[in-house]
Amino acid sequence: MTRALINVPSRARRGEIIAIKTLISHVMETGFRYTTAGERISRDIIHGFVATYNGEEIFRAELFPALSANPFITFHTVATESGTIEFRWTGDNGYAATESAKITVE
Amino acid sequence: MTPKHSRRNFLKLTVGGASASLLPLPAIAQAAPRVVVVGGGFAGASTARALRKADPRIAITLVETSRIFTACPFSNGVIAGLRELPAQQFGYERISAGGIAVVFASATGVEPQKKTVALSTGQRLDYDRLVVAPGIDIRWDGLPGYDEAVAEQMPHAWKAGEQTLLLRRQLEAMSDGGTVIISAPANPFRCPPGPYERASLIAYYLKTTKPRSKLIVLDAKDQFSKQRLFQNAWAELYPNLEWVGLSKGGKVTSVDVTARTLTTDFGTYKADVANVIPPQKAGRIADLAGVTDRTGWCPIDPATFESRLVPGIHVVGDAAIAGGMPKSAFSANAQAKACAFAVAALLAGRKPAEPKLINTCYSLVAPDYGITVAGVYRPVNGMLTDVEGAGGVSPTDAPHSTRALEAKFADGWFKTITNEVFG
Repeated sequence: MTRALINVPSRARRGEIIAIKTLISHVMETGFRYTTAGERISRDIIHGFVATYNGEEIFRAELFPALSANPFITFHTVATESGTIEFRWTGDNGYAATESAKITVE
Repeated sequence: MTPKHSRRNFLKLTVGGASASLLPLPAIAQAAPRVVVVGGGFAGASTARALRKADPRIAITLVETSRIFTACPFSNGVIAGLRELPAQQFGYERISAGGIAVVFASATGVEPQKKTVALSTGQRLDYDRLVVAPGIDIRWDGLPGYDEAVAEQMPHAWKAGEQTLLLRRQLEAMSDGGTVIISAPANPFRCPPGPYERASLIAYYLKTTKPRSKLIVLDAKDQFSKQRLFQNAWAELYPNLEWVGLSKGGKVTSVDVTARTLTTDFGTYKADVANVIPPQKAGRIADLAGVTDRTGWCPIDPATFESRLVPGIHVVGDAAIAGGMPKSAFSANAQAKACAFAVAALLAGRKPAEPKLINTCYSLVAPDYGITVAGVYRPVNGMLTDVEGAGGVSPTDAPHSTRALEAKFADGWFKTITNEVFG
């Protein structure tokens, strides 16, 4: 199960600028920390985020160890047509999560 | 070549050296030094009393707006109908009987160069050192949709008094099956475990009087004080209490008083009773005195509590940036004593000692279920820092008898501290 929250308006006018918000629960372990026993804690971060609108890429972000746990990403796009907005997060150790939302444009 | 001192020269040097360090002392011995304390809460009233004990020669004036002080600790019990507001209220008669001049007025300005405080009465008070202890003010611009008028319908109840009673009346008026929502702010704010004690006691009230009702805590944080203890107790006692942390979309970004809704980044919640605990800052007089920085709080020297921005002014209690110390009545009382001794030392031309400070916070999860957190702090690299290994929290797996005992201790703590400060 994806532990992601997304906020996409369910309805919008054609041409309207809409705000999209996403939040995914993830530790974002930097790889720079050590245990009390002196062993390095290996890096475990989300390093990629892509949003597509009916298959077309509308937003992409590269994430680095400086980012806090539970990355919150918000951006704007133009409501062009009814359909689906999909989100994909990828990370270390083969991590992948997807989420999607329907939007009706009138 | 080394110059040789004649006996006459040597004498001159000695006398010169001595006079430089001794001159200020006779001046102080002649005129009693004056200290003005602005704010008569736990921090200010404690400072005035501790200063009186530290050096009875100091002329102390305590400036406070209200003739009756209403204490915040235990006021969650008033909201839940477990105690009455007068049990939270204290006067200043005993403080003034102890030789402290108590002036009921609000401070309207400070002139650090002239060392005077202006009062709403038109009076001006001269000081040698000023202690500012104004507690908190609400950031009325901190949460869209929330202002002073809205607070009359969606109470914060984060300053005890009329707001406390308003929230209680709203809970009493709500029908069984209603939804109560508490919005908890991001750090820092007054009383870190406060929202969770309040949630617990409101949940207790709902469970015992309106069992079909629901309580949701929307939180701008993922971690909070005594979290394990609170959450374990909630799981055991209050199935109708739901806590939504930051990473679950709990941060409230706006409120709508007409629709009675609270909106987060990911949803909108409708409340029958909404308790909005908004972002906060140091009380207004701190701002007027120029001792607050961009954070809205007051940076201080951790040994003397003297402002890092304006010399001669000390800040204690919730308004101060006290590093690891939480904004609590116990902290305020501990800081007040350390500050009072430092002020007395500075006025006598002595070097202030390095303090160690203690804080303890009791929280009630139910009337007979108490939990605590305690900490010890000392100045490290200019900040009050947690002493590792000292203090701690109540055990997570304690029997009910321990919780009941801690609830009794909490009651004893409140009686002791209010008696020390006001009795």
